[in-house]
Amino acid sequence: MNGFLSMQAEFGMVAAIVVMLLADLILKRPNHKPLQTLAVVLTLALTVLCLTEPAGEAFGGMYVNTSIASAVKAILTAGTLLVFTLAGRWLEREDTAHKAGEFYTLTLCTLFGMYLMVSSGSFLTFYIGLETASIPMACLVALDKWRRQSAEAGAKFILSSMFSSALMLYGVSMLYGTSGTAYFADAAAMLTGTPLQIAAMVFFFAGLGFKLSLVPFHAWTPDTYQGAPTPVTGYLSVVSKGAAAFALTAILMKVFGQMVEDWSLMLGIIIVVTITVANLFAVLQKDMKRFMAYSSISQAGYLVLGTLAGSGQGMASLVYYLAVYVVANLAIFGIIGIVEQQTGRTGRDAYNGFYRTNPHLTFIMTLALFSLGGIPPFAGFFSKFFVFASAFHTGHWLVVFLALVNTIISLYYYLLVVKAMFITQTDSPAPAFKSPALARTGLVICLAGILVLGICSGVYDWLTELSMQF
Amino acid sequence: MEYTIFILALPMLSFLLLGLAGMKMPHKVAGAIGTLSLGIVTVLSYMTAFSYFTAPRTAEGTFETLVPWNFEWLPFTESLHIDMGILLDPISVMMLVVISTVSLMVHIYSFGYMKGEVGFQRYYAFLSLFSMSMLGLVVATNIFQMYVFWELVGVSSYLLIGFYYTKPEAIAASKKAFIVTRFADLGFLVGILIYGYYMQTFEFDPAQERLMQAGMVLPLALGLMFVGGAGKSAMFPLHIWLPDAMEGPTPVSALIHAATMVVAGVYLVARMFPLFVGFAPETLHIVAYVGAFTAFYAASVACAQSDIKRVLAFSTISQIGFMMVALGVCTSMDPHEGGLGYMAGMFHLFTHAMFKALLFLGAGCIIHAVHSNEMSTMGGLRKYMPITHITFLIACLAIAGIPPFSGFFSKDEILAACFQFSPAMGWIMTIIAGMTAFYMFRLYYGIFWGTENKELHEHHTPHESPLSMTFPLMFLALITIVCGWIQPFGHFVSSNGHAYDIHLDMSVAATSVIVALVAIALATWMYARDRQPVADMLAKRFATLHRAAYKRFYMDEVWMFVTKRIIFRCVSKPLAWFDRHAIDQFMNFMAWCTNAAGGTIQPLQNGKIQTYTQWFFGGIIVLVIILLLS
Repeated sequence: MNGFLSMQAEFGMVAAIVVMLLADLILKRPNHKPLQTLAVVLTLALTVLCLTEPAGEAFGGMYVNTSIASAVKAILTAGTLLVFTLAGRWLEREDTAHKAGEFYTLTLCTLFGMYLMVSSGSFLTFYIGLETASIPMACLVALDKWRRQSAEAGAKFILSSMFSSALMLYGVSMLYGTSGTAYFADAAAMLTGTPLQIAAMVFFFAGLGFKLSLVPFHAWTPDTYQGAPTPVTGYLSVVSKGAAAFALTAILMKVFGQMVEDWSLMLGIIIVVTITVANLFAVLQKDMKRFMAYSSISQAGYLVLGTLAGSGQGMASLVYYLAVYVVANLAIFGIIGIVEQQTGRTGRDAYNGFYRTNPHLTFIMTLALFSLGGIPPFAGFFSKFFVFASAFHTGHWLVVFLALVNTIISLYYYLLVVKAMFITQTDSPAPAFKSPALARTGLVICLAGILVLGICSGVYDWLTELSMQF
Repeated sequence: MEYTIFILALPMLSFLLLGLAGMKMPHKVAGAIGTLSLGIVTVLSYMTAFSYFTAPRTAEGTFETLVPWNFEWLPFTESLHIDMGILLDPISVMMLVVISTVSLMVHIYSFGYMKGEVGFQRYYAFLSLFSMSMLGLVVATNIFQMYVFWELVGVSSYLLIGFYYTKPEAIAASKKAFIVTRFADLGFLVGILIYGYYMQTFEFDPAQERLMQAGMVLPLALGLMFVGGAGKSAMFPLHIWLPDAMEGPTPVSALIHAATMVVAGVYLVARMFPLFVGFAPETLHIVAYVGAFTAFYAASVACAQSDIKRVLAFSTISQIGFMMVALGVCTSMDPHEGGLGYMAGMFHLFTHAMFKALLFLGAGCIIHAVHSNEMSTMGGLRKYMPITHITFLIACLAIAGIPPFSGFFSKDEILAACFQFSPAMGWIMTIIAGMTAFYMFRLYYGIFWGTENKELHEHHTPHESPLSMTFPLMFLALITIVCGWIQPFGHFVSSNGHAYDIHLDMSVAATSVIVALVAIALATWMYARDRQPVADMLAKRFATLHRAAYKRFYMDEVWMFVTKRIIFRCVSKPLAWFDRHAIDQFMNFMAWCTNAAGGTIQPLQNGKIQTYTQWFFGGIIVLVIILLLS
């Protein structure tokens, strides 16, 4: 019975999905407003459940929850909450209003899958979680199905996803074949780094690399991000990525502990390639969503620097990076979404002279971009600093150096947006508009996160403490 | 004592409120919010002082050091961490009283002085910010917190000097003040870092064994910290910003550039005093020599200035020199044997804050009446402005060191301490004290006596200021009269914390009073009458000297030469050329490479999912091969 207590968030999530489905059926249409409120309340409750979830095991070790995993789930749920607050404007359009219930339910389903990924105790639970997170995600991406781009994005996503899952499952089967077990706890001792196991690890890693969109498993990202509805893109870029990053770290450290030499070399190569290639692509993008897709690829590279460290400190810095990344990225996607709904445009030129018409949004956007670029004193600086420090401490100074060089390039393209908003002159800037109250609340929370997460040293200390118990 | 947090929180809140919403408020409301919050802070400070000094002493006979608030902000190692907190000990409690009193008076005074100015609310917001930072500086629990607030004080000073931001002189002055003090603060920061590295703590009392091992490092660190203190406290040759800072509104000069911020350097030395005395006595004596020279230099410049605020500015520099000397001549922690200067310096800080604020506020009234800073537009004002006249006279007598006004007592203690150190130092400081009396009375006669400038007064008859401005004058004058009699000052503040009875050294007191009286008589003879033949004759006779003194002995020009001619031309220009041609070009090339590389790989993202899966699978194969080969 004790074990099931450690699944309170998962049970809560199942209940939330059922409530959401029923509410969609019962509430008279158009029901997008009450559904949004309900979704926000449910995710808020789930965040609390995650934060209070005790560590423990269930189903004979198929499910293992740790304190840091609970913290990650809380961050993911809070990120989902922010996505929900920012999705209101999109879901009140005539062609989407009737799909509001679907959107919230499907999103919660994917989140449920991510819960399982984060707290899995065996390759089987992990794979089920991954698929639970992936399949509804394809529906979400294609939710604007009458729009050609969205449908194309959905198709590309599901095809790539199938491909990567198949390869990953292939890797898992090799791991099972060489170790004789699918449990993480038991497999750790058997995985000693034979050639077959190395190949298996790479296959397995590729599956997660797909979710994280690390180069060269990233190619689906720009097309999907650009085509998907903007709130879904926001969700894909932070929540889905966060779950994969944490799962990757946990599994590499826990299961492939003996093969640390191999996977740190692999990660080092992948990180450098990811950040560099993504940055090179990003500098030339004109469309904001496509641009943010490349930005998020490169951010994933920084995120995985915490994994590379392979230490408790690295894990803490990864989770901290994730939390900071969630607020900054969602603020940007929130604003992109607002502008898209108002003007129908997602190009960077839509932001020319934005400062004069929408000073508040410009302010938030600027700070969020600064945070992503890692400019002190915003939270992004501290999170970058901590991942760099943790990787540096474990001796990966070359990777850290190359990543540092890349931050300069990333700063350039983030500032291009700032320049468009403040400096570039135009005769027809985007008109001034007022966003719904809930969206404004969401943006203010993001802003507060950007400003406060870095300066309050307590957050990082708390995560370090949790990671040390891992 | 938990309520002490409000001493910092209230001005902070008032700053935020006025800064964010001030422009939407009427002037009166904004001023009232600032003044009210400072009023509460003053009451709290007095309560703190009362309960602190009436609390029973410890077994050793000292006052207990209290830390009612402390919050560990940035931990580095077990012992090395930056905290934010509140530390109460005799000198910080004394400073709370000084700062809140003067600040409250300035808040009230500004109601009249700044009436109708554009940016009235902004002015009060900045005053609140300054008060918060200055209070935070004195109650700092560690050197780093002190540094943080030290810089905040510098920023608020910058903002207030440049308050009239449409005036080019004000902008230049604010920049100058900021750059010069910031330059000096670099020394402070380096000092702090050295201190933190070798002591493994930012607290004021490092572990004994660390101190023992430190050797020459501690004097170096303390000396660098003193550089920062010298910048803030306008010690020669870093004093150049203070006279120019007079471009700010006069109440600001009274608060920041006379009573509180400029004594931060003195406070810093007093704060580190046990370390100075115990481990760096030579550095401490350097402080004394710098102070003495500054005192002399500033006094001689003050004798030749014609702008009344500049005279007061140089007088401030000179008086701070006195305080530094007092601290610097100490040779032990025992006030009976060579530690007297500590008490004397703190005492003078206290009395000087009151009478110098009074002088500046009085000068503000005069400027308000005649709309000019130049002495030539004044003269004979005593008829028109009786209250200003009397209070100004009281302050002049106090700074000249005439009993029974407060300045006499504190200056006498300083001189006594100097004579204990060496007779030469004692005599030098006595002569400078005489110069002080001379130039202050030259100023006094120039303003209130002498020929009236009838031509100017025809258009506009000078008049006494409103009560909001004269009340602070009277209040401060009252303090100036009585606070010298606070004989127990030595009971509250002394170098080793024990109660010390202030007793006058009759020979020192007599000498200094006689010197002061002679100087005043000389000033009366030269300047009190309508015509000033002697002064004019002397100015003509020693034209070069007079001109040099008027031009502040060309110190600004020397700095200009060093910066513009030497640093800018010989260092900055070649570096700028290198930067523009070598570094920028290299960076442009890098940027071009980045863009070109981006353009080259763009076709790889061709939108075909078949290609994507090829990349995917190819990536896996390559990785496996690399890992197997390594």
